[in-house]
This record gives sequence, structure tokens and C-alpha cells, in this order.
Amino acid sequence: MNDVRFMIDGKECLGKPGQTIVEAAKANGVYIPVLCHFEGLKPVGSCRICTVRVGGRFMAACTQPLIEGMAVENTAPDLEDMRKSLIEMLFVEGNHLCPSCEKSGNCELQALAYRYQVLAPRFPYLWPRRDIDASAPLLMLDGNRCIQCLRCVRACRAKDGRKVFAAVDRSRRVKIEVDKKLAAHLSEDQARRAMDICPVGAILRKETGFAVPIGRRKYDAVPIGSDVEKGTGR
Amino acid sequence: MAQEKDIVLRYPKDPSALLDVVRDVQNRLGHVSEEAVSRIAAHLKLSEAEVRGAVTFYHFFSLTPRGASTVYLNDSITSRMKGRTAVARAFEEEAGCRFGEVSPDGKVGLFPTSCIGMNDQEPSAIVDGVVFIKLSPDRARAIVRGLRAGTPASGQVTEFGDGANQSTLVRAMVSNNIRKRGPVLFGPHEPGAAVRKAVSMTPEQVIDEVKKAGLLGRGGAGFPTGLKWEFCRREKAPERYVVCNADEGEPGTFKDRVVLTELPGLLFEGMAVAGYAVGAQTGILYLRSEYAYLRARLEAVLAGLRKEGILGKNIAGSPGFHFDIVIKSGAGAYICGEESALLESAEGKRGEPRDRPPFPVQAGYLDRPTTVNNVETLATAARIVVEGAAWFKAMGTPKSAGTKLLSVSGDCARPGVYEVEYGLSIAELLDMAGAPEAKAVQVGGPSGTCVSKAGYQRKICFSDLPTGGSVIVFGPDRDIFEVVENFMEFFIEESCGWCTPCRAGNVLLKKKFEKVAQGKGTEGDLRDLEAWGKLVKATSRCGLGQTSPNPILTTMQNFPELYEARIQKGRDFVPEFDLAAAIQEGCAAANRQPACKEADHE
Repeated sequence: MNDVRFMIDGKECLGKPGQTIVEAAKANGVYIPVLCHFEGLKPVGSCRICTVRVGGRFMAACTQPLIEGMAVENTAPDLEDMRKSLIEMLFVEGNHLCPSCEKSGNCELQALAYRYQVLAPRFPYLWPRRDIDASAPLLMLDGNRCIQCLRCVRACRAKDGRKVFAAVDRSRRVKIEVDKKLAAHLSEDQARRAMDICPVGAILRKETGFAVPIGRRKYDAVPIGSDVEKGTGR
Repeated sequence: MAQEKDIVLRYPKDPSALLDVVRDVQNRLGHVSEEAVSRIAAHLKLSEAEVRGAVTFYHFFSLTPRGASTVYLNDSITSRMKGRTAVARAFEEEAGCRFGEVSPDGKVGLFPTSCIGMNDQEPSAIVDGVVFIKLSPDRARAIVRGLRAGTPASGQVTEFGDGANQSTLVRAMVSNNIRKRGPVLFGPHEPGAAVRKAVSMTPEQVIDEVKKAGLLGRGGAGFPTGLKWEFCRREKAPERYVVCNADEGEPGTFKDRVVLTELPGLLFEGMAVAGYAVGAQTGILYLRSEYAYLRARLEAVLAGLRKEGILGKNIAGSPGFHFDIVIKSGAGAYICGEESALLESAEGKRGEPRDRPPFPVQAGYLDRPTTVNNVETLATAARIVVEGAAWFKAMGTPKSAGTKLLSVSGDCARPGVYEVEYGLSIAELLDMAGAPEAKAVQVGGPSGTCVSKAGYQRKICFSDLPTGGSVIVFGPDRDIFEVVENFMEFFIEESCGWCTPCRAGNVLLKKKFEKVAQGKGTEGDLRDLEAWGKLVKATSRCGLGQTSPNPILTTMQNFPELYEARIQKGRDFVPEFDLAAAIQEGCAAANRQPACKEADHE
């Protein structure tokens, strides 16, 4: 099939039919920040960090397929401020204590906050009361740090296909729950994958931590997105 | 326990049966116990977490007991205006528990709920599926006493409403309150005429007629109905579906309740016409749980239509055209009025909206091409097929053809349903409804626009003031801030929680709004409200978050003087934190008197 021609902030780009804006942008060396999106999983557009503007309309670049000739605005100042607002929103709606978090330096939310130079959030902290579930043998689930990205819900399945994680409740009370029976039988690999796929420190492998010292972690040296911008991909 | 097992085993081992099983368990046992969750999960091959996820999504399902009898008292602003507070207190005193709890003897549970579609006869409540309207504190007490004494809710309804509310299959105290009968919905209609006329045409001709009539979706979004049908028909697929969205949940709307009560035959004909047009054999009526009291009669009407050959095989004398309708039920979630969330719910899942594309006309119910249309839209389409596009187009305005059903409630002498031509001004409507002193009119429900007197010459139509049907009138003594707060709380509660701006943004917006409402706002706070409102609208995933800041934004626009009067002008910063209250709280906890003068401050 023919390539799809489109533009991002005036730059002429080519993409493949069926690709989303985020995927095609990446292939063209343009970074669109994402948080809930994870390559290989069906996109769900939950965090909205990847919001772009096309023809005056806002849309999530992780779920929107390319359309021939579309002109995507990605770095307009008002768009970037919206993204910064959404990052701040995620910080104030949960309880994120970076200095003591095992994920610090590997955390995508923290890395985005650095990239967007979040100092103090413009919103008041909500200080919600959230649960910690440490009942599974290998995993700990800390609701305080969860951002409802649904990566674990999409990625982690038992052998028979049943979902290990699921969203329960709704509205501001929505939370991710781990299925107690299925969690009891997770393999080391499954537990490791659940932790790795979590962009924040909500899912942690128990009994081990800080194997790589803070300071030598993924985003300690280079900002998130710089791999895409250097054209190296991930 | 054998009980759970017996119920669960009756259902097919199909995950799409999830909500049906859960509903059955909830209705029989009063809650969905751990045992039930475990059995359902095993039966449907789902994880227990997933089952819990579905149960906890819906307001009328619960993992914990809700009492032998359960009272759901409407919490809409109109209910509050009509005396809800005193009724709620009476329920609490008589039951011996607060709202959100079950009485100590386990006999009665009290819970608040979002608008139940009775805004023209508030305060209203649903007790064990039975609707009670125009409640007084005395009636509330009597209901609880009756339930305790063993008289079921249904046995406590002795007076019935008008029309089909008196039918033996309904027996509801609900009134239709039809105030103005227009020529489209309430015009003379010979049963079966629409389906017979449709099958005498080709499907393309039917679509063309609806397109030429200029019929736009009556749920509020206003998408051209004929075009939707055409898109759906054009998709290559082994089967297609027609889904009727009977989940009107916008606070203040109740016009579909009246159509479902008085014109179900016309509605079902509209569904069959749509089925013929798009090439579907199955129609699904997604009925909001609040209207479950109409279900038995709707089933009876369907049975009658089958008997007359208007539904079923080779219908209306057209060999090869088969069409039948099943009813599926919601369980208390405003978001399920959003068409893709509705489809998720109809498939037995949490009612979370889908990403588009694909659109429902491409991949809808069970991923098949599906046209989702509002109750009023389908009934109107049936009439258009009979009377013709020209007849319809002659009514209304050039761009908003035909008539619209309005649900008028609040501070007016004649609340109820009005079928009016598009282009009617707010002033004319207020005149009809008997509200000469109205200070504000909420058009389109909380997600619509709050119009001030200066806007009473504005017209109800798609290019000016569109509405799914909700019109709430506020009299001169109403506090607009209280209205806005009630609406924001509604959106916070009804957000599905999927996307950041809607889940967190609405909470933050309401917090900031409260700061202003309490007189602690500055000009900067007003700028924040506007900016945050725009942010939530721009970045939210579906129509809920894309409109939820409207109560704040449209009142700021149309009632700027109210906000000006509440803020502290000239001050750069006023803290939200109340030092005096905090000290008093601390002193109360420590059991001592405040010693410093800050505690007396303000």
C-alpha cells in the first residue's frame, strides 16, 4: 500500500496506512509524549498526554489513525501547556512521593514532569486515601501511585486468557485491582513483566528493589523522548 | 451456597451474559456476594477482578448488602428544589440510618441516585423497582413503615397516573404530563403503517426520504439520521444491528419515558424501519434501569406486534424481511447514554466509551455495523416514512426540521412534555410552561447552556440552543451557585474514570468553583476556572468530559455579575484554607478552648 503523507508542525512526513499518529511521528523522528500508550498493546487514550490538534480539533494521537494530508499540531505552546496540566493533574490526584519510590529514575510520569519542567502543580493536591495490596506473593500493588493507564489490565493475562488486573468502581474512585486467585499463581516472569509495564511505581516486585542505584537509571541521564528525537527509536 | 449456584447456572457460558447474571443475583439476593462473584467468574471464564469491575461500575449493583428493601432517592437539582432535603431526613429518621447505609435491622437501605427521569414530579424515588413521585416527608415515613411491616413497595402504590401508566402491566403512579401534542410524535398514526410503507419502498429510498426530511439525531448530538443509516448499510458484514438508545440520563429529561409509555408501538415501528433501511434483522432496546417498571408492558407490546406480523419473519407482507427486537437493560450509569459506552454495556461489560474510529456504524454491537438512535429519533423516522419528507421539512427551521419533544421542569406552573416546532424561543416556551419570573433556564441539561434573561429570545434549534430535551427553569429566588455545584457533583459521580481530564479535572474544577462560591475567590481564580474548563473540554475522551465544565463556563458567560459579586476584588490571593475552622477542629479533637485570636478571625 502507498505511504500516507501528513505533516507535523509543518514538517513533511510519510507514514503507513493504519498507523496511529504517535507511531508514524516516532518513525519520522518526532516525539509525541505518551504515558498510557505502550507499544504492542491496543491503545486506549486514557492519559490524554498525547493530545494533538488537527484542523482545530483536539484528539489523542495514540488512538487516531493517520489520514492522508492531515496537518498535526504537536508543539504549539497552548498544547504543550495542556500536556503539562495533565501531568500535574496526575500528580495531585494521587499520592506520588518520588524520593522514596523504587521506580524513581525509571518512572515515566516523573520523567515527563522533568521534561515539562513541572515545579509546583497549578492544582491543589487532593490527597486521596488509596489502598496498598500486598497480598500477592510476588507483587505489591500501591494505589497511591497508580495513574489508571490500564497497561497492566491490557498486558497481563493468565494462561487461560483471564485478566490478572482489572479496573473496579468508577469516577474518581476508579482503581486497579489485582485478581487475588490469579495473582497467587503468577510466575516470576509474569510478575517482572507486570512491574516493567507499569509506567509508575504502582506495581512492584516484592523482596527486591533498588538493584540499580538512583542516578544510573533510565531517565537520570537523558530526558524521556530523546531516543525518538535522535532517530534511534526504542 | 446453593442459591448463587442455582442462579448462575441458568445462564449461558458467555461473557456477554455477565450483566444479566449480575442483575439476577442482585435482585434476588440484594447484593453480589463473594460467593456469587466467584461462581460467575468461573462460569463465564472471567477473572474475579473483572466481575468485580463490572459490578462496581453500575450504581444499582453492589458487592455489599443494600438492605432487604432499597430506596434510591433522586438527587437532581429539581428534586432538591421541590423538597428533597426534608424527604431525605424523613427517610433517615424512619429507617434509622443515613443515606449510603442500611438500617441496623437490615430491612431498609437508603441510597441517593442521579436523575431518574421524573423531574416533572419531584421529589421521586425508586423503591425495589417501584417509582414513587411527589414524595412528602409523611409519605417517606409511611413507605419505610410499610416495608418494615411486610408490605412490598408495589403494594403501597394505590393511586395511578394517566394513560398507559394505569395498564395492568405498569400500574405506576407516574403521570405523563403531556402538555402539548404536536403533529409528528402525537399526530394520528395507524399501527403498522410505517413498516408497511417502508417495505413498499427500497431500503435506499427509505434512507433517502429520511435524509431529505433533514432528520437530525434527537438525543442531543444532532447527527443526520439518514446519513448514519447509509453508513451502516454500506458496511460489508454478515449482520448488522439497530440499537435504540433508551438511556436518557441527562438530568431534567424525561420525554423518552413518555414515548416509551404512550407510543411504544411507534418506536418499535421506527426500529423496524431502521432495520429495513440498514439491512439488520435484530433490534436492541437498551432501556435505562430507572424505566424497568415499563419493561413488562414493552414486552407485551412486542408480542402484540409479532402477532400482527409487524415484527418477526417476512414482516408486513415482505418476503425475506425479518426483524425482531430484544430488550436489554442498564443498571444506573449516565455514561451509558453515550452510544459506544451503551454498546459496551449491552455486551455485558463496564460501560466505558470506546475510541473512534471505528465508529459504531462500522464496528458496533459485537463489532458488527450498528446504528444507534435515540428513542425520539426512531419514532420520528417512522412518522416521516408515512407522511413524507416534504411534510416534515415544512415544520421547524430550514436547518432544524420538524418538532422536538421538550421535558420542562423546575419552577414553572405546567411541568411536563411539550412537542414544539424547532425555532421556538425560550420566552415563548416559558410562556407556555407558565414561568413568567424565570431568572435562568438550563437548556440541554447540565451539559447544555444556562441561559439568563438576556438570552430569552434565543431559539431552540441546532444552530442556537440545541437540546436533547431537558429544560429546567429556575425562579427568581434560586441560587445559581447551588445549581452549578449540583451539576458538577453529578458529572464527577457519573464520569467513568477512564481519562485523566474528566476523572481528575472535574474534581479540581468543582474544588475551585467552591472556593469562589464561598467568597474566597479572586479574579485569578475566575481565570483558572475558565482555563481549566477549556482544558477538560479539549482533552477529554468522550462527550461527558467534553461538556462537563459547561455548568461553570456557561454561567460565567451569562451571569458574570454573580461571579463578580462573589469574588474579593483587588486581592491577588485569598487562601482556600480556613485557619479558624482548622483551629476549632484541632481544639475539639484535643478537648480544649481556642486560645489564640485567629480562631475568631472572620
